[in-house]
Amino acid sequence: MTQYEAVIGVECHVELKTQTKMFCGCLNEFGGEPNTKTCPVCLGMPGALPVPNEQALTHIVRTGLAFGAEIPVFSKFDRKNYFYPDMPKDYQISQYDMPLTVGGEVMYWLDDGSLKSCRLTRIHLEEDTGKSTHAGSGDGRIAGSSYSLLDFNRAGVPLMECVSEPELHSARDAVAYLESLRRTLLALGVSDVKMEEGSLRCDANVSVRPAGSDRLGTKTEIKNMNSFRSVERAIESEIARQIALLAGGGRIVQETRGWDELKGVTHSMRSKEEAHDYRYFPDPDLVPLEIPRELVDRLQAALPAMPWRRFERYTKEYGLAVNAATQLIDNLSLAQYFDDVVARSRNPQQSSNFVLGELSRLANETGVAVADSKVDVGHLAELIELVEGKKINSKIAKDLLVRMWDGAGSPTALVEREGLAQTSDPAAIERFVDEVLAANEKVVADYKAGKTNVLGFLVGQVMKASRGKADPALANELVKTKLA
Amino acid sequence: MTMEATIARSAAEIARDVNARTTSAAEVTAATLAHAEAVEGEVGSYLTLLRDVAESHARHVDERVRNGAHLPLAGVPIAVKDNMCLENTRTTCGSKILEHWIAPYTATAVARMLEAGAVPIGKANCDEFAMGSSCENSALGVTRNPYDLTCVPGGSSGGSAAAVAAYEAAIGLGSDTGGSIREPGAFCNLIGFKPTYGRISRYGLIAFASSLDQIGPLTRTVEDAAFAYDAMAGYDVMDATSIDRPVEPAASGLREDLSGLRIGLVREFDTKVLGEESDALYRNAYRDLERLGAELVEVSLPTADYGLATYYLIAPAECSSNLARFDGVRYGLRVEGEDVRSMYDKTRAAGFGPEVKRRILIGTHALSSGYYDAYYVRAQKARTLIARDFAAAFAGCDLIACPAASCPAFEFNAKSDPYSMYLMDYYTIPMSLAGLPALSVPCGWVMPEGASRPMPIGLQLAAPLFAERLLLGAAHAYERATNHALAHKPELAGVRA
Ligand SMILES: [Zn+2]
Repeated sequence: MTQYEAVIGVECHVELKTQTKMFCGCLNEFGGEPNTKTCPVCLGMPGALPVPNEQALTHIVRTGLAFGAEIPVFSKFDRKNYFYPDMPKDYQISQYDMPLTVGGEVMYWLDDGSLKSCRLTRIHLEEDTGKSTHAGSGDGRIAGSSYSLLDFNRAGVPLMECVSEPELHSARDAVAYLESLRRTLLALGVSDVKMEEGSLRCDANVSVRPAGSDRLGTKTEIKNMNSFRSVERAIESEIARQIALLAGGGRIVQETRGWDELKGVTHSMRSKEEAHDYRYFPDPDLVPLEIPRELVDRLQAALPAMPWRRFERYTKEYGLAVNAATQLIDNLSLAQYFDDVVARSRNPQQSSNFVLGELSRLANETGVAVADSKVDVGHLAELIELVEGKKINSKIAKDLLVRMWDGAGSPTALVEREGLAQTSDPAAIERFVDEVLAANEKVVADYKAGKTNVLGFLVGQVMKASRGKADPALANELVKTKLA
Repeated sequence: MTMEATIARSAAEIARDVNARTTSAAEVTAATLAHAEAVEGEVGSYLTLLRDVAESHARHVDERVRNGAHLPLAGVPIAVKDNMCLENTRTTCGSKILEHWIAPYTATAVARMLEAGAVPIGKANCDEFAMGSSCENSALGVTRNPYDLTCVPGGSSGGSAAAVAAYEAAIGLGSDTGGSIREPGAFCNLIGFKPTYGRISRYGLIAFASSLDQIGPLTRTVEDAAFAYDAMAGYDVMDATSIDRPVEPAASGLREDLSGLRIGLVREFDTKVLGEESDALYRNAYRDLERLGAELVEVSLPTADYGLATYYLIAPAECSSNLARFDGVRYGLRVEGEDVRSMYDKTRAAGFGPEVKRRILIGTHALSSGYYDAYYVRAQKARTLIARDFAAAFAGCDLIACPAASCPAFEFNAKSDPYSMYLMDYYTIPMSLAGLPALSVPCGWVMPEGASRPMPIGLQLAAPLFAERLLLGAAHAYERATNHALAHKPELAGVRA
């Protein structure tokens, strides 16, 4: 039986986080009453002209640089001509043959910790269209609807279109690629990447071929995917459909397919044969763009740490688990806080335990981000040092951390002021052991009768008697010796 | 002051008098409106007369003057071509598709004229979406040439030209894509001035061909053209193609002679084809330039002959895209259909006239895949060559002189096939493709075949990019020395009276 291999390319549309829309002064914000965030320019009123948003251009160039793309000196805007009711000008300003960035690659990782990469074809800039709501038919589809409502609040919002090479080979790969893309855009601050608000939309081109073949099979394009989960399920289902079709001697038709979330299957939308002739040509309202080298260098120098570099450092250098590393990276301010703690404590493992454990718990309870809390990174590093130097045990450490969260300040000072240092003096601990054994004759008898699971209780009592300061290992050892 | 004395003053004279408070903007406006109403039945310059708007603007101007402001165009009545937006007024582009559209904002050029004290008298008729060379393509009205009411005023800014020629305004705002200011200027005995592309903001000018469209004034004197230019020129953040570079004021650069200037005559432009009478007048004009101190030199524009073909690919290509938005969805005419697609089809079929449809079809074809390289890309290359030819020519001269139009104003329906109409712009299109400033200035009168009255013809002067000050300065010297414009008066009951 033939083994098949999937070949997947992903196109993402990402709404950029800018103050104003792509070509006008309207605020770029989500939501609002329909048609309230509009002006003659984004409504495509007769005579209105577009003026490019520099912040959006910079966002794209920074994104390209983050992925190691080439930034050509010259770029331009083109018009993509087609009629659609929610498109104000009946052409969309986009970029055709001279995008802002060319090439580059997205590094991503899988759950097993392996780091992979997928090359980018290009990243370009374009304007979003408005939104149509088809009414009167009940199911929101245009067929059978008696009228349509148009909202142009989104019209003219800057969109980044990020096109990958067909180098992904599984649904899991595609999602990991998208997650990495999303993390990077967040790290760059160029988008909020909120799928639920439609600020990240993706289409996937899927084809399958006999494993080992270097020829591409006929592809289908899946549209309308609104979550990473849908992307994964849709691609999986489409791969299965194509393999079944080929294995049964069928033929794949090149077409656009939609994803039905409820039924869990893709369905044919329209055939590529009736594809538009978009009649792209350079937009005569916009002069060609020249991106100065000096600006590119400046933006390059100011790039933040890339998520996959962090991942490599956390897992390879620090030895953190994939899950812990991912958790940190997915919360940028937490990752930055963690890095600062490690810089002082030089103990990544303990730092990650505290940051992802107790501190994250406190953050969840109080709704205050760890980075914004009263726990100073220097103080946390002190605490880690106290634990590592066996000055305090982990129980005391947790108590201290709660008090530090409330603003208690330096743990060293607290330990000294309140005499909380761990007792490692065997003679002192022995006194507590004797007290506890004397006070619990029945339990001691049970132990001697073979109920060894009471040991924990006895050690606990010793810890309690020492107000938590006894070295737990030493206490355990001494109780065992005395009972022997 | 008699009505004629009031309205026949130049813009410069009106502004001087209103600023000196020897007359008021309200008085000038009232006289102009009354005169316009008297002659509109004959001329038909305006699609919309803005009586209330004009009166309110005039009051505002008078108040500013009373408060001590000196406004360069105080109280100057202007005609605004109806492809420029003026807030809350009907802006039709001479098309059924926008017949009832009310502009929600004001074009930058218009706003700057108003800021300088001008008073908008009306929205002037034009060829539909500025496509045409006679003003016969307007779907909404007929405009007649004030010098012979059986003739066209020229296009596409024919309404603005006729309004100024008939004293219904002192300045007409026009837009020139391939000659649409210069040619009606020549037909109506006016100065028709197209500045450098990008010098005056296009924001609010309803686009025909974005890379060629340029707003400019139509006036009875060169001085007035300079005043209008000074008011409108300059960078606008709302137009990405407007040029961010200081403007040399033109009004202070008007000259009385041409000494020290080298004026180029284009070897390839044969004026004999214009007929004996016109040919003689142009030769005369060149001699006048020489008499005023200019040195005449021959220059060559070997690719200028490709101008027409180049223009009729680029302009329709851009127009096919620019006019896509008129689809019946958001504003303007809508003809209902069974579905969206048929609504588009029916709306555009009913809304656009034949010339607009012709150009949309040519442009759509020129941009379609498979033809794009053969037509659009080659046209862009030709355009670059034409611009290079001009640059080379201007290395040997300061200005170029040539005819402004291929013939004087003709009778209605005289040029029924599109190609003979396109040939009208043979002399103006190359400058448009190169983005150069150029103007037409009256240079004599001819008796066209079968005509009962003499009709004006225009001399075109073109300058290097941004040389508006030199161009207007030289035109002023020629105008003052020759005074051709004053030889005949319009054929109007309202003016004769
Ligand atoms: Zn807007």
